[in-house]
Amino acid sequence: MADNGDPVLRLTGLNKSFGAVHVLHDVDFTVRLGEVMALVGDNGAGKSTLIKCIAGIHPFDSGQIEFDGRPVTVDGPRAASELGIEVVYQDLALADNLDIVQNMFLGRERRKGLVLDEPSMEEAARETLARLSIRTVKSVRQQVASLSGGQRQTVAIAKAALWESKVVILDEPTAALGVAQTRQVLDLVRRLADTGHAVVLISHNMNDVFEVADRITALYLGRVAADVARAEVTHGQVVELITAGRSGDLGLAPQTAAESI
Amino acid sequence: MSTDIPGDGVAKGPDLTKRPDLTKGATGGTMTLADSDFATDRREHDMRSALLDYWHRIKAGELGALPAVLGLISLVALFTALKPDTFLSKGNMANLSVQALPITILAMGLVFVLLLGEIDLAAGVASGLCAAVLAKLITDAGQPWYTAVLSGVAIGIVIGTSIGWLVSVLRIPSFVVTLAFFLGLQGVTLRLIGEGGTVPVRDDVIVALSNKNMPIWLGWALAGVCVAGYTATQLLRWRRQHVRRLHSKPIEFVVAQCAVVAAALLISTYVLSLDRAPSPLITLGGIPWGVPLVAALLIVCTFVLGRTAYGRHIYAVGGNSEAARRAGINVTRIRISVFMIASGLAAVSGIVAASRLNSVATSAGGGNTLLYAVGAAVIGGTSLFGGRGKARDAVLGGLVIALIDNGLGLLGTSAYLSYLITGLVLLLAASIDALARRRRSSAGR
Repeated sequence: MADNGDPVLRLTGLNKSFGAVHVLHDVDFTVRLGEVMALVGDNGAGKSTLIKCIAGIHPFDSGQIEFDGRPVTVDGPRAASELGIEVVYQDLALADNLDIVQNMFLGRERRKGLVLDEPSMEEAARETLARLSIRTVKSVRQQVASLSGGQRQTVAIAKAALWESKVVILDEPTAALGVAQTRQVLDLVRRLADTGHAVVLISHNMNDVFEVADRITALYLGRVAADVARAEVTHGQVVELITAGRSGDLGLAPQTAAESI
Repeated sequence: MSTDIPGDGVAKGPDLTKRPDLTKGATGGTMTLADSDFATDRREHDMRSALLDYWHRIKAGELGALPAVLGLISLVALFTALKPDTFLSKGNMANLSVQALPITILAMGLVFVLLLGEIDLAAGVASGLCAAVLAKLITDAGQPWYTAVLSGVAIGIVIGTSIGWLVSVLRIPSFVVTLAFFLGLQGVTLRLIGEGGTVPVRDDVIVALSNKNMPIWLGWALAGVCVAGYTATQLLRWRRQHVRRLHSKPIEFVVAQCAVVAAALLISTYVLSLDRAPSPLITLGGIPWGVPLVAALLIVCTFVLGRTAYGRHIYAVGGNSEAARRAGINVTRIRISVFMIASGLAAVSGIVAASRLNSVATSAGGGNTLLYAVGAAVIGGTSLFGGRGKARDAVLGGLVIALIDNGLGLLGTSAYLSYLITGLVLLLAASIDALARRRRSSAGR
């Protein structure tokens, strides 16, 4: 088992085009265990494409993915989850009419012969929720329909954490939430990293990013503008990196930044 | 087990000392401690709190079988009051149980389709066509009953596969596909039987399904086995959940549920076992053979839907097909399979209907058959929006529909009233479903 701080997922020189449109240019991206890596960038910067390449939804043109130090191929969503990469999408992938346990094990139910092994699934679900200190649900047998937006988001994240996953990718987890619920989810994101997961947080909200992230990767028109520790940058610098690709001596060379437009 | 749950509700991360701002939120917002820590899962119940718990679930829109059961009871009470001597007569009770058979089986298949939020308008005429094939094979081709039954069911499954393929692969709305099949299959039946004709069914085994009764001892034995089996499964499951400290219903509720089921089973067995022959010279009693058939189908369907991964996936696709797809469930296969089940059970229902009438007419399964079956499923508690419903809904709803038909027939009401009343009951059931759904989504916090 790798220790906290070890890079678990490393992308080098990733390129991806959709037809004539070159979406990702030589992207290098590293995620470490126990760390929250924020992935920021304007609309169209390539965040979603990058995530989908990692999750095995889009094949990429060139570049390499290393997982736990060895090169791997991710040729489908299944391959990604077998490696231990889980993605929590923005539009939650939860079924309203099922309860929390059923949702957490959806598609990967534990069975005893032909029959579902409900007791063991319920215990495991509760254990995971307790480990992540998710204590706002009254019952794990509550239907997801009766949960609030924040609770649903926490269940979706806990679902990703259930599978001994090493990398959890969260696509704008707080986008549709109120203040108190955003709080809940950010706490959870932090705990996820503290319990040894590597977390990738995609967000537009600088407050969220500065609150929970350890490192920040800014994408600018398909290129990595900067990969910096949170403590080393200010709010304003990150916003400049997102909007202009550079900020002071950080970011892309002026020429690259200009020609990307 | 009890020590690992910190009661203060404050998050305990190793990093929290460095981030004091994060700890505030853990108990913040509207959350109170009583609601947290899976409190509901771990509460011990006494009689009062069990009743209270049940009441809260009703208020939150988790109605279960309650509306259908209440409907059944009030209909029985109503018709008993209006026609005391004929309605509750032993002969009529047996008649009622046979009347409900075809519609119940048809509805049970439809529950699978409705769970996905789809509809199968062709199930009724598919049942007619399968029955026609069965009758032709027995009467004209001289085949034994089992060949005929297997062929009928096989044709049902083929029809279901075609519908399912068109719906899930070509992505034509199921309403349109099955409407086309509804029209087309009537033509096939007409061609098969010949205009205006009927094919008689005289095979002993097929006819016995609706017209002969089990020996009385066998009826009691089966009822006993069912009661014992049901009670044992429920109590064992409760015990397992309780010992492992999992979420369980209050034991009082489980016992009450078992008592209700046992009472219903034993009382109906008793009524059906009484001698109902009109003349004292012969004896006629026992449970019609079709009833254990429905019971077996009910047990199998309940097991498949509630206890297997396949059943879980049906609910998931019905609730959120995109979530199911992302969870790695083969949505296309699930979709085709439910149409196969619906049409397969429709074939069985057609055979039972043929047995009851001793013949198959060109109009078999046409007219209102399908709409009654959909109505039965909805009255039982299956939602037309998908994702919600159980196999037992078909039985409860089928009984309600048969009761209305039977009771109004005894009262000698005109046909127009009978249609009106059935329509109103269906509307009532759908409104209860819609209201309960609203409550469920607002009851969360």
